[in-house]
Formats: sequence, structure tokens, C-alpha cells
Amino acid sequence: MLHLTLFLFFGTICVAGAINLLVQRHPINSALSLVVVMASLAAEYLLLGAEFVAAVQVIVYAGAIMVLFVFVIMLLNAGEEARSGGSRIAILVGVPGVVIGAVLVAWVLLHTDTSQGLAIGALPGGPVPIAMLLFHDFLLPFEVTSILILIAIMGAVVLASRPEAGARRKESSAPPEETRELVAAGKDH
Amino acid sequence: MSITTFIIVSIIKSIAVVFILLTAVAYSVWLERKVSAHIQNRWGPTRVGPFGLLQPVADGLKFIFKEDLTQPHVYKPLYIAAPIIAVMFAITSISVVPFGNWVNMPAIHIAGRTLGPIDTPLQVTDLNIGLLVILGITSMGVYGVALAGWSSNSKYSLLGGLRASAQMISYEVSLGLSLVGVLIMAGSLSLRDIVNAQGGVFWHFIPRWNIFHGQTLAFFIYLISAYAETNRTPFDLPEAESELVAGYHTEYSAMKFAMFFMAEYANMVTVSCVATLLFLGGWHGPIFGPAILRMLLPVMWFCLKVFFFMFLFVWVRWTLPRFRYDQLMAFGWKVLLPLAIANIVYTALVVAMRAQYPGKFF
Repeated sequence: MLHLTLFLFFGTICVAGAINLLVQRHPINSALSLVVVMASLAAEYLLLGAEFVAAVQVIVYAGAIMVLFVFVIMLLNAGEEARSGGSRIAILVGVPGVVIGAVLVAWVLLHTDTSQGLAIGALPGGPVPIAMLLFHDFLLPFEVTSILILIAIMGAVVLASRPEAGARRKESSAPPEETRELVAAGKDH
Repeated sequence: MSITTFIIVSIIKSIAVVFILLTAVAYSVWLERKVSAHIQNRWGPTRVGPFGLLQPVADGLKFIFKEDLTQPHVYKPLYIAAPIIAVMFAITSISVVPFGNWVNMPAIHIAGRTLGPIDTPLQVTDLNIGLLVILGITSMGVYGVALAGWSSNSKYSLLGGLRASAQMISYEVSLGLSLVGVLIMAGSLSLRDIVNAQGGVFWHFIPRWNIFHGQTLAFFIYLISAYAETNRTPFDLPEAESELVAGYHTEYSAMKFAMFFMAEYANMVTVSCVATLLFLGGWHGPIFGPAILRMLLPVMWFCLKVFFFMFLFVWVRWTLPRFRYDQLMAFGWKVLLPLAIANIVYTALVVAMRAQYPGKFF
């Protein structure tokens, strides 16, 4: 009972935050709504018994990535956005897409046997089982992913490094503003 | 323990911990003023109460009765929310800090009802991811500072907020990585387990704390990063008064300003608690005397160690000059981060060797 109440509570906050994210016109309000969405998702993970995932969700998404978002918005001093009339493609593709998705989800839910569902917290969600999965069963994919991220970091550093005196003429190939700011947060600034 | 007892005990513990934390915050301000005064050959607060001990009360009253100015150019919702966010996360993070061993009390009979027997740890809640919870909550605390800087709509505040968020994100990396060595040694994320792993002594006199147990480098990395995380000198660039007036809280007054102040000191207390738990063996220390002393001494050792770190914070602030901003960033990324990673590799290697050849490495 308590679980269901908490689930509904955080679920409502999550959906409300997501809607607010779309409705708000100021980027910083939208970014903060996304923080609320992330944090309430972390609470949902916690309710499922996945405490490690919940903590990582807060540390990585709400605490690091979204701070960088807010940082960039502050740095660019982005103002309120003008409301567009809505594009025709969004209506032509989006509405049928939402309908199809909803039908699919409903169909799957109706045709799944939920009579013997798992108890909450029945699946391992603590740090030890996850560490065993990451560093034992799936070590190679995990390391490959980290190399992928390393390549992305190196790319960002190369793009952000100041052009040298000889290469001034190639200024036109400067990186997009956003990448530079993101890296500037981590480099000499 | 019945559910009613559990709830009552939890409420009592929560109130006690928050009360103690806020008192500690008030008196660290007093400590800061006193120590800074003595470092500069002054007396500091002496007028209110003996040794100026009631000064925090007077300061609090002053903050409450001051006019709360809200500038017309601020973005109101976030301007009001920012100090609340800062102080809320600063206070919440104390909830998983253990202060001592378990407390066992026999059942009490009050008015025909039985309370207990109470069997509870000296901490609000014992989580098996305690350290991650602290890291998560402190990483959310950045929003308070960043939003205060942005919503004030003033250039000093904005610069202070930008500096603070960049600095806190940068040093959070080396702070987090410096703790990994300790986690490898303890094999757990629960703060209680980490402290329990540090019991005992080497050669009959050196305590088996992590700082003496291969994690000395990690301790200093953690300490330096912690100073940057709490925006204290020599890393207090977000509020450098000589260039930014007061940084991110320039436009704040009265109780809203006091909330940022409280958040800073509460963060200092939390960071000191984590340093004590992870590197200085938590509540471990010599235990002697009668039963009541045996119960109180661990908590006393814990408080003493935390006090040592608080004093160190103050001492460093009034002794060292401020860094330059590019030096700060270069130091964080080019010195502390590689050192922290080297420490992880070294610790992992030693632990693996110890598992491979038992008895060869202590």
C-alpha cells in the first residue's frame, strides 16, 4: 500500500515535470524540470529495490549532467524563447506515432500474464550484484564502452583547443558553441 | 522492534541530528570568528555571554529581524528557491552519517504501553549505499549556488555562480575518485561497514585507520577537493570579495543570506564527518572505564575528529591566500585527478596481490 502510494506520488511528479519541461518557455525552467524528472525517476528506482541505480541516477544525471546544462544556459545567458505555431510534420507524424505507441503498450500490458509478478525488491539491485555484472560477466562490453567515451572526450578536447598561430586561417571550422562551452567547464577557463 | 517504536525512534533521531547539526553550524561560525580573531591578534566576539558564546543567538536574531530586500530585477521564483535548495540539501546529507555503535535499550513501560526493546544504530538511517547517497545529495547542492547566481540577475552574482558550479563539478571528480581506494579496501559502500573495517591497531600503537593504511595520498586529495567543494579558502573564488563583492549571494540579505551561510557550514560539517568516517576510523579510539563511559567514548572520539577538521578549515582559511582561477582549474584537472587515478590503480593492485598471496602484505 505504502509502495503504491509512493509510486503514484513520484510518478505524478515525474509526469508533471516532463509536461512542465515542454510548456516552459525559459530554458533554465525547462532544465530544472528535467532535474525534477530525473530525481523522481531515481525515487522510482529506489522503490523497485534498485538502490545503486537510483544513487547513480542522482549523481550522474541530476547532479552532473544537468548541472552542466544549467551551466551552459547561464553562460550563454539564453533568454525566453518565442513560441512557434507548431510544425505540420510534428502533427502529421507525432500524433499517429503517439497513438501507435499507446496501442502497443496497452496491447503488451493486456497480453502479459501479470498474475505471478515479481515482488518489489526481488531482483538484485545492490552494488555487489551490479559490480559482478559489470566487471565479471560483461567486462569486455563495459571496457569497450569506456573507450568509446574516452574517444568522445579526446574529440572534445581537440575541438576545444585553441587554434595555433599558423592555423588561424582555419577559424571557420570552429566547433559548435555548445561543445566548446561544455569542455571549457572542464578545461582552463 | 515494532513499527510504532521504529517510527518514534526514527523521529527522535532525526530531530536530534538536525538539532545537533544546526547547533554545530552556529558554533562553527563562532569558532571561525574566534580563531580568526586570535590569528590576527584580536579578541573576536566577547560582548554577548561569556567568551561571546551567545553571539550565534544574537546573530540569528539579527538575521531574522533584518529587512529582507528583494531587488526588482531578480527572477523571483528561483531567487527564493535557491537558498532553500542550498540549505535543504546541506542538511539532508547528514542523515546517513553514523555517529557511533548500536544502542541497545531494554523495554520501557509507560502508562501501560510497552516501548522497545530499542535496538538501533546511532545514525538516522543505515543504507548499504550510504556514501553514494552523500555524494548524490552534495552534488545536488550545486543547484543552490548556481541558481542563486543566475536568478539574481547581477554580474557579480552570475560570475560567482558560474565559478562555483564549474569549480564544484571539477573537484567533485577528484573527490569521488579519491574515495574509491577506501571502498576497495572496505569492499562496501555502507559507511558503517567502512568504519568497522578500520578497527584494530598495527604494532600495538598505530590505529588501523585508512590514513595510516595505504590511503594517505587519497586522504590529502580528499581534503583538498573538500575545501574546493565547500568553496572555502584557498578555493573561495565563487565569493572572492576583492573582485566579486560577495559572489553568488551578493543580492541576498537577511535570512536568505543566512541560509547560504548555514548551507556552507553544514556542508563543512558533512565533509568533515565523511573524512572522519573514511580516513580517520570514525568512532574508533581507546575505550576504557565504566560501562557508561564505554558507551559515550566512541561518540566523543567521533566528535573530536570532526572538530579537528572544522578547526583545520578555519585555520587554513585565515592562513592561506586565494588561488587564481586558472591555477585552480589546472590544479584540479592536471594534478589531483591523475593522482587520484594513480591511487586507485595502486590500491587495487595491492588488494589483488593480497588476495593472491595471503600473509605477504599487511
